[in-house]
Amino acid sequence: MNQIIIYTVISLVAIGAGAAVILYFVAKLFRTEEDPRIEVVEKALPGANCGGCGYPGCRNFAEVLVRSESFDGLFCPVGGNETMAAVASILGREAIEQEPRVAVVRCNGTPEFRSLKTHYEGAPTCAIAHSLYAGEGGCPYGCLGLGDCVAVCKFDAIQMNPVTGLPEVMDDKCTACGACVDACPRGIIELRKKNKKDRKIYVSCINEEKGATAKKNCAVACIGCSLCFKACPYEAITMNNNLAFIDSDKCKLCRKCVPVCPTNAILEIGFPPRKTEPVEKVADSSQ
Amino acid sequence: MRLKTFSQGGVHPRELKLSAGKKIEILPPPETVIIPVSQHLGAPSKVLVEKMADVKTGQLIAKSDGFISTNIHASVSGKVLKIDDFTDTSGYRRKGIQIKVSGDEWEEGIDRSDDLVKEFSFTSEEIRNKILEAGIVGLGGATFPSHVKLMVPKGKSAEYMIINGVECEPYLTADHALMMERGEQLVVGIKIMMKGLGVEKAILGIEANKPDAIQKMKSLTEQEKNIHVRGLKVRYPQGGEKQLIQALLNRRVPGGGLPIDVGVVVFNVGTVYAAYEAVQKNKPLIERVVTVTGKSLREPSNFLVRIGTPVSYLIEKCGGLPADTGKVISGGPMMGKALTSLEVPIVKGSSGILLMQESESHRKEILPCIRCSKCISACPMGLEPYLLMALGKNALFERMEEEKVLDCIECGSCSYVCPSARPLLDYIRFGKAEVNKLIRSRKAI
Amino acid sequence: MDKLVVSPSPHIHSEASVPRLMYGVIISLLPALAVSIFYFGIGMIIITSVSIISCILFEYLIQKFILKVRPTHLDGSAFITGLLLAFCLPANTPIWMVMIGALAAIGIGKMTFGGLGNNIFNPALVGRVFLFVSFPVAMTSWPEPGQWMKYADAVTGATPLAIMKEGVASRTVSEIMPEIPGYLQLFLGNMKGSSGEIAAFALLIGMLYMLYRKIITWHIPVSIIGTVFLFTGILWLINPDKFADPLFHILSGGLMLGAIYMATDYVTSPMTVRGMWIYGVGIGVITVLIRIFGAYPEGVQFAILILNAFVPLINKYVKPKRFGKEVKNG
Repeated sequence: MNQIIIYTVISLVAIGAGAAVILYFVAKLFRTEEDPRIEVVEKALPGANCGGCGYPGCRNFAEVLVRSESFDGLFCPVGGNETMAAVASILGREAIEQEPRVAVVRCNGTPEFRSLKTHYEGAPTCAIAHSLYAGEGGCPYGCLGLGDCVAVCKFDAIQMNPVTGLPEVMDDKCTACGACVDACPRGIIELRKKNKKDRKIYVSCINEEKGATAKKNCAVACIGCSLCFKACPYEAITMNNNLAFIDSDKCKLCRKCVPVCPTNAILEIGFPPRKTEPVEKVADSSQ
Repeated sequence: MRLKTFSQGGVHPRELKLSAGKKIEILPPPETVIIPVSQHLGAPSKVLVEKMADVKTGQLIAKSDGFISTNIHASVSGKVLKIDDFTDTSGYRRKGIQIKVSGDEWEEGIDRSDDLVKEFSFTSEEIRNKILEAGIVGLGGATFPSHVKLMVPKGKSAEYMIINGVECEPYLTADHALMMERGEQLVVGIKIMMKGLGVEKAILGIEANKPDAIQKMKSLTEQEKNIHVRGLKVRYPQGGEKQLIQALLNRRVPGGGLPIDVGVVVFNVGTVYAAYEAVQKNKPLIERVVTVTGKSLREPSNFLVRIGTPVSYLIEKCGGLPADTGKVISGGPMMGKALTSLEVPIVKGSSGILLMQESESHRKEILPCIRCSKCISACPMGLEPYLLMALGKNALFERMEEEKVLDCIECGSCSYVCPSARPLLDYIRFGKAEVNKLIRSRKAI
Repeated sequence: MDKLVVSPSPHIHSEASVPRLMYGVIISLLPALAVSIFYFGIGMIIITSVSIISCILFEYLIQKFILKVRPTHLDGSAFITGLLLAFCLPANTPIWMVMIGALAAIGIGKMTFGGLGNNIFNPALVGRVFLFVSFPVAMTSWPEPGQWMKYADAVTGATPLAIMKEGVASRTVSEIMPEIPGYLQLFLGNMKGSSGEIAAFALLIGMLYMLYRKIITWHIPVSIIGTVFLFTGILWLINPDKFADPLFHILSGGLMLGAIYMATDYVTSPMTVRGMWIYGVGIGVITVLIRIFGAYPEGVQFAILILNAFVPLINKYVKPKRFGKEVKNG
């Protein structure tokens, strides 16, 4: 009996020792040198693996950051300046600050403003609807409302509003990773500068058709009249292909462009009500 | 004798040829026409006329702009109202020429009589030029410029010409009507195309649901020992080039290849008839036979229509739009495009206008895939539609390429048979577009 | 006309739908059910109804309260699982045991994988094997046919396959044969066995119906039965004293039920014709190996479950015949 126990213990110990020796040498042999800072940098990143930086995941981005010479063109939109400052201190470099940004849906084609002319019944994705035709509202630039942006958002920051049929960005959750920008087959979503109190002024239309054509499909389309362009004292507005565009980096939120727009295509969001309401403007802004 | 057909996949939808046996009715021109400058595969044509210019029927108004491109002619006489972007079948806007019709004055040199002209003495090059000049494209729906097909690439040789009189799409009868009423002209057209292509043998394939057309074409070609007429078992998509070649000659066009790789060139009967008119009558492609059909339509008909005629005009001529219309399709129910508006014009590739009743216009609810493999057995190209859809849904386009998504001919058999009503072809078609983009970007590097 | 409907082509759809297919399978199972009721009477009626009702109920409860999705319990698939589960149990199985089997079939076999279309293993077989492993005695006491009014108190005995398995250890096949019902009786289902597997002719009628309705193709049943026939035939030619003849193997046990209904389950069988052949031959070979060389007298269920596990692999590597050979794209 004792013998059996002794043999068992001895053989187990021998096997264990043998395996340990083999493992030790294998580990030595196949050891790969890795910069230990990669681990540290990765920990400092948000770990969402959203791809907003342009790299497949946080680990990958950490490797790129460690290997890079400077932070030029490297930015984690999710973590923002704070994270980049942390990374910079780990790597002993200067951080490049960037303005925080937020995704903005530049279409306001709610049922109130555009009537639906057809009924789409194909596969329920914007990408396929877009490749098939102009969409239920007839505007070839407008939101198709099938929610490819919602499906791709890793932060639950976009939701479809069942009443308007348009996606809505929740500014507090949006990390500006840009996934929705890429997912939208029509390029409706834009990353714009994040202002105080989430205030925004933007042209909520990307229609480049001639004014009359655009207006036929949607009451709040930009008709390219350039009145806003003339009203802007800061040269923040440019006109291209019958379409006005407000550069969010140049815009000073003076709101001069909003009342001049004949189609209410420019939205102001997050501002207190004007003292002297010129006309009943922007019936449905953000709520 | 057992009728031939292609050996792999395929389905047999209800044929519903409501307008079969209807005589081709010649429609007068409408009040205005819109002639898009891109009615064919390849580069859009270059506009030659200006706003407010007077044009005659048959006048060249847009010229071929590139190797794969073709000419476009005024289909009516009148005044050019606008050269602008017009809503096309997809709801997107494409360039077109709008003409206000006045009278019907034809360009000189066009023989408008019905007399059959049998003799011709053109060289194959002259034939090719006449076909390019007349702006002839594949009228089966693909709208590939026909003169390009007549030029056999170096290192390859054409042995057979196949004429596609299959018309495998349900409802459509335009080709059938053409064979029944213009059979003599078709035979001359076949000879012209054979000469143009430089082949000795031609086969006309017709599905067995058109026995009168088979008999008529057989009797017309009795004296022609180089032209054979073959009846084919009814099976969709037999009108697909690759399927038709395999059914008639048992040759398989290689993946990513063209019919010429197996020594064959395929033309639709409509194209051959247009070639007859172009070569023998100097008449450019300004009109075509269009089937207007639908279960609720009062008078399903076959019309000879000027290119650019609005769809609503045709429906009016059939007794008006039925109240229960839910969907309007340009083409057949398997491969046609759903229209977003009835004001879009008939173009060179429009073979039919199909009005679906409200009750048959809707898709069924999408259920989970039960892996029944019916899509695989229906696929005429030997693909796995269920897999391609899954890959497409997950944006795995490189894997789709490996799974030969580009071989798909978009016949729709997979979506047709799927018991779970899954939108297989939607995702596959989208995947094809994305894979083509991938390939282009790879080439660009 | 309100708004025009726009969708990509095709714009028509065949009549086929999942419920239609499922109810087609159920109709094809009716002859076998009738024969089983003829032989096992009240017991068959009890276990079949309990099994079907509990399968549908469990599917509903799991989808409604655990997965919180829209229940699909009436699409016919749970009905088939219940019917097939009853078919591979002895007709005197206690009600509570049937319910446990149904829970294992729907819960473990189907819902854990994500419901219809996602399961790897045939749910009915999962339930059956679960019971077989948990309650081996109850699962191998087969009632004598012809006791219509008896359920739990039915006289039981061994199946022909079990008699053969026991017997060949010490005696020759020809000595055992008299203890086994004749081939005509086997064909008509007059033998001990799982409630639904006994009647070869009724199952064959069901198969013809499914082939006619194009619910299944012939490849899987033929490849399984053919493989079993060939394999046992070779063994029989080598030594007819030790190995029973191929006809016996085909007519006895659950081979017909397995080959026609269990192995052809859409979700758990290969998608391509070549894959179906590989799958069918594999099932046939493993069935014979288990029956003749293994510990159990019957091996169809295990063979199908084993090959079920290979199906994703088969689907990955066995592709349908592509049209035309590939050329380099210029």
